Amino acid sequence: MTATSAPAARGEVRSASRGSAAGAPRRRRRLPFSPWHLVLIPATVVLLFPFAWLLVTSLETPAEALRFPPVLTPHVLRFANYSDALASAPFVRFFINSAIVAVATVVCNLVLCSLAGYAFARFRFFGRTALFAVLMATLMVPFQVTMIPQFIITKWLGVHVLAGVGINHIGALILPNAATAFGIFFLRQFFRTLPIEYEESARVDGASRLTVLIRIVLPLATPALATLAALTFLDSWNNFLWPLIAITSTDQMTLPLGLATFQGAHATEWTLLMAANVMSLVPMLAIFFLAQRYFVRSVAATGLAGT
Amino acid sequence: MADLAVRRPRRSGAVRRVVASDHFTGWAFVTPGVVIILLFGAVPIVWSAVMSFQRNNLLSPSTPFVGLANYRQMARDPVVAQAIQHTLVYTALFVPGAMIVGLFLAVAMNRQIRFISVYRTAAFATMAISTISEAIVFIWLFDPSYGVVNYFLSRVGVPQQQFLNSPSEALFVIAAMTIWGWTGFAVVIYLAALQAIPQTLLEAAAIDGAGPWRTFRRITLPLLSPASLFLAVWLTINALQLFDEVYLSTQGGPLNATTVLVYYLYNQAFQQFNFGYASAIAYFLFLVIIVITAIQFRVGRRFTHYRS
Repeated sequence: MTATSAPAARGEVRSASRGSAAGAPRRRRRLPFSPWHLVLIPATVVLLFPFAWLLVTSLETPAEALRFPPVLTPHVLRFANYSDALASAPFVRFFINSAIVAVATVVCNLVLCSLAGYAFARFRFFGRTALFAVLMATLMVPFQVTMIPQFIITKWLGVHVLAGVGINHIGALILPNAATAFGIFFLRQFFRTLPIEYEESARVDGASRLTVLIRIVLPLATPALATLAALTFLDSWNNFLWPLIAITSTDQMTLPLGLATFQGAHATEWTLLMAANVMSLVPMLAIFFLAQRYFVRSVAATGLAGT
Repeated sequence: MADLAVRRPRRSGAVRRVVASDHFTGWAFVTPGVVIILLFGAVPIVWSAVMSFQRNNLLSPSTPFVGLANYRQMARDPVVAQAIQHTLVYTALFVPGAMIVGLFLAVAMNRQIRFISVYRTAAFATMAISTISEAIVFIWLFDPSYGVVNYFLSRVGVPQQQFLNSPSEALFVIAAMTIWGWTGFAVVIYLAALQAIPQTLLEAAAIDGAGPWRTFRRITLPLLSPASLFLAVWLTINALQLFDEVYLSTQGGPLNATTVLVYYLYNQAFQQFNFGYASAIAYFLFLVIIVITAIQFRVGRRFTHYRS
């Protein structure tokens, strides 16, 4: 592909020789469009086809869905699949639960990780280095190692301390993720890049540490806070394994777990399943369409890509 | 700021000194977050290490120490051997697959041509879909009886395939669905890295007579190597922890063909309730991740060029 595109993009030298071969001396016939379209159009079709097929199936009648060869364009759009799906499982409830868990997790993380990250970045206090080392060590450990004790601890908390954070309550999905070692590390690194002079002069003027953090540091750290919020939200929204372990009753389920359970119960009712899937996808897709132009820029800004 | 100083409450000297000291405020700031991380992160690490040396299941209330018995059982367990093999095969399919797709699309999309935002949006859209939604769509696409993929294959003369019902094909279908699901992520990482490459370098290469392919091989690819290393490590860590798609599409079947380590671990822990044995498997998984990541960094360092 690169070979064909280059003359079109770059140049006179080669186009002369090629052009004469085609019988049009000194001027090569260019494609009226960039040849990269010939790659990108099929790629886009492949990337979007699962979405399209999901939508098509969600609007077919059950009989049409179970036909081979498949009906590529349904004759009638059956929107009743959506109401049928809503009637057979509480998807609105799942959605609300997911939203509560994600928003609460994000807010807790922003508050707790800002406080801790700022202390680790700027204060000298007894045990700081050791404590930070312990936090960093937990970063490396995969969730599968901690999930069994986490399950036992959560169960114990629910029985002996507060039912709302125990097994089978959405609180159990919030509390263990309310602060993360990654969030603390990420914000600490960012806080250390800020010029310390503002903070020092505010301290000299008599502002407390908390005032300095809220009034001076956090406003300067908005990009980092936004990145952390977005990553935390996505993690929470898509989390499956922990909810699968911690939640069993339907009214406490989040969307991924609710959808998986629904699939288990209605494995062959493809039209309902796809309608439910579309409904669970739309909010996230909408957010992505709105936010997508910031992606590449923010990845470049965080240096995640390393160059 | 001056008004803040005036409004500060007056406390006795000693108390004020303690409260204002960095030792006190430091601990006050870190305690809420640290308690949560210690309780749900650090304590469980030690606890599951201890559990991996115990017989711990729901059948008996006591949890006696059994030494290395769980680890020895793991060495003898044929399903563990299969799970390791499937995990590694899957990782070897998924990581290069996702990286090549991501690199190819990012290079194609790194230009200002018409409809480019449509193309990019199509790639990014795969990031919006959760593993569960993705798995459900792909189970339907690859359905052996009514799936549209079998229909397309039949149009080009390929006979009906069993896909997720076939022990020899299921893992490939799972690799395909996860590669699709990670396309957006890989494209974003590579696109960001491509846009950080200074145009002057590429122009200089062109002036020196390097063709597009040579420029790509000798200039672009080396400058992308930090992004490639990051992606390789990140995708590998995720691949070794594959669970959601397997749970939803095959439950480890058919005939254990898609039983990967985390699925078997989940099965042992929360379906058989062998907490001790599952903890040993979890620690083994941890070891595998550490070793593979270390190798990647070691090997990667040789091929990675940092510009600054």
